[in-house]
Amino acid sequence: MSEGHIIALAHQFEDLEQQREAASLGMWLFLATEIMFFGGLFTAYTVYRMMYLPGFDAGSHLLNIKLGALNTIVLLSSSLTMALAVRAAMLGKRRHLVTFLVLTMLLGLAFVGVKLTFEWHHEYVEHLAPGLDFDLNSPHAKGAELFFVFYFTMTGVHALHMIIGVAVMAVLTWQAIQGRFTPERYNPIEMAGLYWHFVDVVWIFLFPLLYLIGAHH
Amino acid sequence: MSEHVMPKKLYFLVFAALIALTLITTVVATIDLGPLNIVIALLIGMSKASLVVLFFMHLKWSTRLTRIVAVAALFWLAILITLTLSDYTTRRWTPNPGTWETSGSQ
Repeated sequence: MSEGHIIALAHQFEDLEQQREAASLGMWLFLATEIMFFGGLFTAYTVYRMMYLPGFDAGSHLLNIKLGALNTIVLLSSSLTMALAVRAAMLGKRRHLVTFLVLTMLLGLAFVGVKLTFEWHHEYVEHLAPGLDFDLNSPHAKGAELFFVFYFTMTGVHALHMIIGVAVMAVLTWQAIQGRFTPERYNPIEMAGLYWHFVDVVWIFLFPLLYLIGAHH
Repeated sequence: MSEHVMPKKLYFLVFAALIALTLITTVVATIDLGPLNIVIALLIGMSKASLVVLFFMHLKWSTRLTRIVAVAALFWLAILITLTLSDYTTRRWTPNPGTWETSGSQ
């Protein structure tokens, strides 16, 4: 069996516990850099929202709050299945692990699919793509165009993160089918989980800042 | 530590709370509460993020070192936002002295 060829403990570590903590620490350091990456965008968003408040409200009002809420629920569900995948890996339940990884990928793709077909495409057709043929009959059109610059940039890099996450999970699913993960060796699953949950957290803030701020106007 | 296997029930409970908070924040956003709208939306967002980080990302059971990295990342983010806003929000507090305006086109 292929399990026999997998050595759980890399030679530079004292024991499995130390190996697991090292992986977790490294992943959190990477996530810290990701917080600064998205943090720069959130800060720029805050500054320009202060400068063009009516425009940002007008822009946000044009987004579909129901699709935003639906996608939030899809993404939260994918976080649940990911957490359950990590749990299955810890317990050595291979079939559960594969099932939950596949479910997570499908939910992730559903999220990006909704974004692409029902939102981005719709906004492109409605002349809301800044710089191309942005056309909005509003006294605050300039500010709204700036809002859509942030909207497309932030949801764009977020979706890119999700596509990378799905690609990583596709590899992990293949390895899981081959039986490469055991209760002693499941670090890659847990690290992919941390990344996936982080992407979820970014969306938890994008949803109110993009969709909800203009909903009551 | 992360080696502790959590009961499935805990994950479903956290998930239920996340969905409930999402529905609440969506409904509240359609009511006009003035400046309170964004405050409530962000507070609910922070609650949801905390649930994900503590339970799904297991930070509640992580080592102190990992927790310090997570808190330090938020601290750095706070520096970025605070210093940037301390500039942009105070630019118009005092007008430029009249003589400055002509200095460029002398």
